[in-house]
Amino acid sequence: MIVSTLPAPEIIPDARHPMEKFLRKDRIPHIWCSGCGLGSALSSFLFALDELAWDPDSVAVVAGIGCTARIPGYLRLDTYHTTHGRAIPFATGLKLAKKDLHVVVISGDGDLFAIGGNHFIHAARRNLDLTVICVNNFNYGMTGGQAGPTTPLDGRTTTTPLGNFEHPFNLVHLAASAGATYVARWTTLDGRRLQHGMMDAMGHKGFTFVEVLAPCPTNFGRRNKIGEGIDELRTYAQLANIRHGADPKDTAVVPGRPFAVGTFVNVDKPSYLDMYEAKTASLGAR
Amino acid sequence: MPSNGNLAGVHFMNGDEAIAEGAIAAGCRFFAGYPITPQSEIAERLSWRIPAVGGMYIQMEDEIAAMAAVVGAAWGGAKAMTATSGPGFSLMMENLGLAIMTESPCVVVDVQRGAPSTGLPTAVGQGDMMQARWGSHGHYEIIALVPSSPQEAFDLTVRAFAMSERFRVPVLVMTDEVVGHMYERVEIPAESLAAPRRRPTVPPAGFLPFQPDEDLVPPMACAGEGYRIHVTGLTHDERGYPDMTATAHGRLVSRLSDKILRYVHETELYEEVELDDAEVAVVSYGVSARVAHGALALARQRGVRAGMFRLITAWPFPDERMRQLAARVRGIVVVELNLGQMSREVERAVQGRVPVAGVYHAGGRIHTPVEVLAGIEEVLR
Repeated sequence: MIVSTLPAPEIIPDARHPMEKFLRKDRIPHIWCSGCGLGSALSSFLFALDELAWDPDSVAVVAGIGCTARIPGYLRLDTYHTTHGRAIPFATGLKLAKKDLHVVVISGDGDLFAIGGNHFIHAARRNLDLTVICVNNFNYGMTGGQAGPTTPLDGRTTTTPLGNFEHPFNLVHLAASAGATYVARWTTLDGRRLQHGMMDAMGHKGFTFVEVLAPCPTNFGRRNKIGEGIDELRTYAQLANIRHGADPKDTAVVPGRPFAVGTFVNVDKPSYLDMYEAKTASLGAR
Repeated sequence: MPSNGNLAGVHFMNGDEAIAEGAIAAGCRFFAGYPITPQSEIAERLSWRIPAVGGMYIQMEDEIAAMAAVVGAAWGGAKAMTATSGPGFSLMMENLGLAIMTESPCVVVDVQRGAPSTGLPTAVGQGDMMQARWGSHGHYEIIALVPSSPQEAFDLTVRAFAMSERFRVPVLVMTDEVVGHMYERVEIPAESLAAPRRRPTVPPAGFLPFQPDEDLVPPMACAGEGYRIHVTGLTHDERGYPDMTATAHGRLVSRLSDKILRYVHETELYEEVELDDAEVAVVSYGVSARVAHGALALARQRGVRAGMFRLITAWPFPDERMRQLAARVRGIVVVELNLGQMSREVERAVQGRVPVAGVYHAGGRIHTPVEVLAGIEEVLR
């Protein structure tokens, strides 16, 4: 185990968050544990919004249920905290009813890939005009650290006391196979690259996907002897290799082994709305 | 065709098609569904009718997704609908609850077939009436309308959209396979029948998205309108923020119920047939009421003065009307294609004042008038 040696953080009186214009300050403090990666993922998203400089009223964020799904609640945008696994179909309705809206789904690995897995692959297949950001912490954090569809083999969780024996998904490979036209993976250690990945995904037409690897020190980190959040970030520093364009099937994340981050898919393909509009134009819609 | 997209004129169409045209006339511009009989004609017709009026039709991967998409579309500002049958209705219960909790106006059509489970996929049933009442988890009130003819399928679909906007709720149209596939005359008016959505009257700075007006219904700020609100299925306060206290929960759940219970006089629809001198009242709905109607004449030929109370609004159940009815007759016969669902409500409302008999059939075929007649004679014994 790597032991944390950072000094206690300095408290700055009257400090203001540089991106507070995008935050619902009356909802702070947030619910996340110390060392959780979600604050970093949120920060990257805030800076992405800032640099994209879109009209904030043109952006809506949709989430399912879980720790990650609490992100929209802190954003001063039109935000929707829906049912478990259903963020993508909800976002589908929202986007199709209001086509000029930028709709971003932010949710966790269990929400998007277990209970919501079917919705994910079909939205990707349709090349629906959505960006999906999945914060993957390898377990169900909010309910106490149970095993999920990304829990690595032998991973210890509250429901795999002998170690996980189910094969996990490689989310990058899954997204690419299902038809996503932009697929990237970053870690919460790489805040700036993550921000730019989010911006690229949000600016790309069609179904785009960013996987964000994040520590869950309270549950997954503790039970797998990874240590504090900062210790998991150190493993990212040691093991994450930027391999843009790597074949998605070679990008599985295996604990203790080097893994790929970067942009793996970036292709142009007519989106769902492109196809819909082309096909229905002859109906002479009013 | 008028510019509003209405298929104005007199038509010969079935109940499913009439529901689709009712949706168009009501301003529905978003439909998400999943293939299932016996609602196929609704989705098939809307797959070209909705794009032709500038709306969006999408076939989702399942009914869970269809219902979620409908709720999302409501927040995108659309009048939105889905249609299904029993198995799909079960899958929709999750996000029906989301629509109730987030006060999302939308319409859900259930063309009932024989059930439980896959049951009788192409044959009639009325066994989803209690699932309509409380099929999603938690305590809530719901509005459910039951048409008995293709014309009424059109009219009640329009009405369902109007009520969904009026109360900011999902409204259920609980039709059945026979009405869905029955061809009759349907008259469609030229004028738009679209009900307005209640919009905020204050600028974003002072707007509380779940602060109700005096009638307990809050105005709705949809996405992209500058209000930047938070919408959650969690128990929430007037700001839309999660509030995990029993006080906030009680206040919200009570208001969601009361906004419907307080205005039953606006939602209650029923038809009385030959009840003025009736000694027996037949209570029925949907296609079963068509059969029951035929039995009234048979009964009167035999000297039994029978009338009918036809439920058009099944939920909220018309308790008060049923009590008044019980004071006027010697017996009540409930005719339905299940083994006794709405009859429980009748018994609850009349509180033993008069005997209540059931003419039940599990579905797969409609009743015969003779079966209903036997029930009418039985209740007087």
